[in-house]
Amino acid sequence: MKFRSVFDIIGPVMIGPSSSHTAGAARIGRAARDLFGREPKYANIHLYGSFAKTYKGHGTDVAIVGGILDYDTYDQRIGKSLETAKQKGIRVRFHEEDAHTDHPNTARIKMGDDQGSIELVGISIGGGKAEITELNGFELRLSGSHPAILLIHNDRYGAIASVTSILAKRQINIGHMEVSRKEEGQEALMVIEVDQNVDDDVLDELEKAEHIVQVAKISE
Amino acid sequence: MFRNVAELVELAESEGISISEVMIRQEMEVKEKSYEDVFGEMERNLDVMEKAIEDGLKGVESHSGMTGGDAVLIQKYMQEKEPLSGHLLMDAVSKAVATNEVNASMGTICATPTAGSAGCVPGTLFAVKNKLNPTREQMVRYLFTSGALGFVVANNASISGAAGGCQAEVGSAAGMAAGAIVEMAGGTPAQSAEAMAITIKNMLGLVCDPVAGLVEVPCVKRNAMGASNAVVAADMALAGVTSRIPCDEVIDAMYKIGQTMPSALRETAQGGLAATPTGRELEAKVYGISLKKE
Repeated sequence: MKFRSVFDIIGPVMIGPSSSHTAGAARIGRAARDLFGREPKYANIHLYGSFAKTYKGHGTDVAIVGGILDYDTYDQRIGKSLETAKQKGIRVRFHEEDAHTDHPNTARIKMGDDQGSIELVGISIGGGKAEITELNGFELRLSGSHPAILLIHNDRYGAIASVTSILAKRQINIGHMEVSRKEEGQEALMVIEVDQNVDDDVLDELEKAEHIVQVAKISE
Repeated sequence: MFRNVAELVELAESEGISISEVMIRQEMEVKEKSYEDVFGEMERNLDVMEKAIEDGLKGVESHSGMTGGDAVLIQKYMQEKEPLSGHLLMDAVSKAVATNEVNASMGTICATPTAGSAGCVPGTLFAVKNKLNPTREQMVRYLFTSGALGFVVANNASISGAAGGCQAEVGSAAGMAAGAIVEMAGGTPAQSAEAMAITIKNMLGLVCDPVAGLVEVPCVKRNAMGASNAVVAADMALAGVTSRIPCDEVIDAMYKIGQTMPSALRETAQGGLAATPTGRELEAKVYGISLKKE
């Protein structure tokens, strides 16, 4: 079940005009910000399907950038996000794509700074709810029915053990877990679906664990 | 966790509780939160809806200038004359319009289930309220009942116009509102399901064809009609009328219709009203240029 909470249906409280194209888009932008962990210096945003066709009217561009600036769906500052990004020296570019995607409301965000970058694909599935389907070239296969923790880590021994032992200590049960890497010894991704919601202090602790580069939670 | 409307009704009736209570209990379990926390969060959504209606009834205008001010016109008409379709119905219509006019002006609203369809649930609630005089608690419960019914649609079909057309947005919202009106009026959970089935049946096939891609034309007026559909269907269900096609099958039909709907009619501003000569003219005016779309 993709929708787990009544507040996915009655909510979110948001700035209009479109939950899919504004609130959902802001959430994709914010997921990118969460995963990157800091304000980027540049963002290349590729829009597909209905996003590409109607983003100006719906303010999808404004919303995604608002999310990247770490604004929530109801934050009044979303309306001025493009100006704010410019003032902060963030280079933002939009690309309208013709390619057909599985979901009509799809955005690909590539963003970063001189320290690093991330690339993710997000889809807005309705009512302001968003899902991340791809991260740094890793396809995410999340059931969507449980909260999930994403960890970008170095492909080294002990990385998985350090993460699972922290979760065990916190009495958080793992329902499903996947580890994937592109090349031996390089960047890898752990996707962990858990049974209960994860507090931010758990994420902080995970981030400090050995070989862990970045931590984020999604589909709460 | 209930997976469909039949299970939701069965859960409510076997335990002798309302649909809103089933939803509250499930939310407490899933989120591991107290009754007070869950209830309080919904009450804050109710406050946002109330404020949006207030703002809309004072009069707002969208940036494009295509929408705004109709809620004021309807309320003024109601004060001067007795509306042919009745005071409650037009009150619901004006408040649904008010909400969506605020949404189009980039004001703050609560998505129910989406922003484009945010008028149906609060519009009907704040109209029916004047007739049934509910407590604040019953008003919050109205939102849980709507939410429970929308939860089923979202998980079994879609609440996205880009995926399923307007039937998935205003159709779902109107169905949710119809079921919630029934509960507030003292009907049974089964009658709520009937009201939702009757409502959605009458909005099947509704396409999403916003002019210039903006959530304004025809979205605002579709919420008006969604709200009136909900009130009428709730009355029919309370009278004992049932749907020959069960609610879950209606939702499934909506899902399948959405899947076969051409992309031009699913929130791409390429077909329907968006592609009419006037729709294109408005679009050119909004953007200051003619956007080439086929």
